[in-house]
Amino acid sequence: MKKLINAPAAVLADALKGVAAAHPDLSVDFANRVVSRGSVTQGKVALISGGGSGHEPLHSGFVGLGMLDAACAGEIFTSPTPDQMLAAAQTVSAGAGVLYIVKNYTGDVLNFEMAAELAEAEGIAVKTVLVADDVAVEDSTWTAGRRGVGTTVLVEKIAGAAAEAGADLEAVHAIATRVSENGRSMGVALTSATLPAVGKPSFDLPEDEIEMGVGIHGEPGRKRVPLVPAAEIAEELVSSILADFDFTGAPVIAMLSGLGGTPLIELYAMYGDVAALLEQRGVTVERALVGDYITSLDMAGCSITLLRADEELLRLWDAPVSTAALRWGV
Amino acid sequence: MRTLEDSRLTVDDLIAWLMRFDEQITRQAERLTELDSAIGDADHGTNMARGTAAVRSRLSAARPDDAGALLKSCGMALVSTVGGASGSLYGTLFLEMARRVGAASELDRTVFAAAFRSGVAGVVARGRAELGDKTMVDALQPTVDVLDTAAADGVPLADALRSAADAAAAGRDATIPLVARKGRASYLGDRSADHLDPGATSAAILVQALADSLAERGR
Repeated sequence: MKKLINAPAAVLADALKGVAAAHPDLSVDFANRVVSRGSVTQGKVALISGGGSGHEPLHSGFVGLGMLDAACAGEIFTSPTPDQMLAAAQTVSAGAGVLYIVKNYTGDVLNFEMAAELAEAEGIAVKTVLVADDVAVEDSTWTAGRRGVGTTVLVEKIAGAAAEAGADLEAVHAIATRVSENGRSMGVALTSATLPAVGKPSFDLPEDEIEMGVGIHGEPGRKRVPLVPAAEIAEELVSSILADFDFTGAPVIAMLSGLGGTPLIELYAMYGDVAALLEQRGVTVERALVGDYITSLDMAGCSITLLRADEELLRLWDAPVSTAALRWGV
Repeated sequence: MRTLEDSRLTVDDLIAWLMRFDEQITRQAERLTELDSAIGDADHGTNMARGTAAVRSRLSAARPDDAGALLKSCGMALVSTVGGASGSLYGTLFLEMARRVGAASELDRTVFAAAFRSGVAGVVARGRAELGDKTMVDALQPTVDVLDTAAADGVPLADALRSAADAAAAGRDATIPLVARKGRASYLGDRSADHLDPGATSAAILVQALADSLAERGR
């Protein structure tokens, strides 16, 4: 394992120090591992997300004007805890309630649920939106349900814009839910990820094979197949997403995110194929985002997220945003 | 000859239980992580050991006055240090027990059985898992049943706990052929079968730790 670290156990604490040093407009609570905006806007609904670390820029890279108010960082690939989420709510709550944005993983769901109970007990109104958009997982009452992946970024951006525009908790929750329900994702891994604390790849993937439908913690996907050209991988991902949900007849926001270990030039090469396929299938992409937005440490590969939008969601998407990882219109 | 004390748990007994739980979790952390790497995300041992160590240092720093305060302190330590699903589930187990026993300084077998039942009911409600879903509930539910029956029949607590530990171990072993329906292992579908569930394994350690620490008291 070759990594830019001081000690495996110190990676998260060191990274938070770096965030604080690079972004003086953010406030970092090192004890609670919460990154929040430097100032609170009274009367605005506060958006809080969080999850295991290792998916950067998700979530701390999306704290700032027009997006999140605070992000809670858990240990690498481990959900944060309710006391962190409560501390975040106490820090950024501005009298209009808090929206928790939660990716559908059992640990995240249970901890945010406890946090919501604690915050309610403190008199803070809380609503939660769950993102469960990974089409690689069969949605069934017999499993923990679909994993929450790329659509989370779009929920944070769009609901963040609604909150910034003064929408109340009910309305922000409704927008967030609409984005969550109309977004679908699927990813592919070319290599495994290496957790600093473990020191070796968390699963074996032979040099000539890829994991189709991989989760952002390296959970197995639909199938392991031989490595094929990007156009064929794009075909498989796009077909799987379109088979799950109808994206025709509406403006679509598309995101192609790297998983952390794939260069941008490959992501753009891949997006070229994705865009051509979508056009062939009658899907109109109105906005596109290509880069590392939801990652899995050093895993090579990418994920595709599509959102069936409308005029209102597009307008909120275009609204100003100023965060470490997403910035426009300001 | 048995005395009344045989069927009561004092604050010191509960402390001895949790210290032994930490000892056993630390000793078996690597194995728990190994079990988790087969069907989960390879961190159950690491996370649990971090949590039980936090419980140990809290209890070493200050001895709680009553059983409720002790169980609550333990629950909060687990919730805030373990993380993941296990943290909130183990935390809920102890917090619900604490709520049930209140400020009692001793728990008789009936109260302890009732408290453990509340704790496990809390875990079931929080995790929405049922018996047979290949989770910690598979070791905890049989424990509840044995403790309830034993309390009703007037079985001494040490004997009841020995039977409970056996029941928890049997419940743990019964998870091997099961297909996971909850938690991260459920993403594997049929591929989760033929593996011991790490959560049921740590839960069986919890029950065994109580049986062992109480057996030691009797000596």
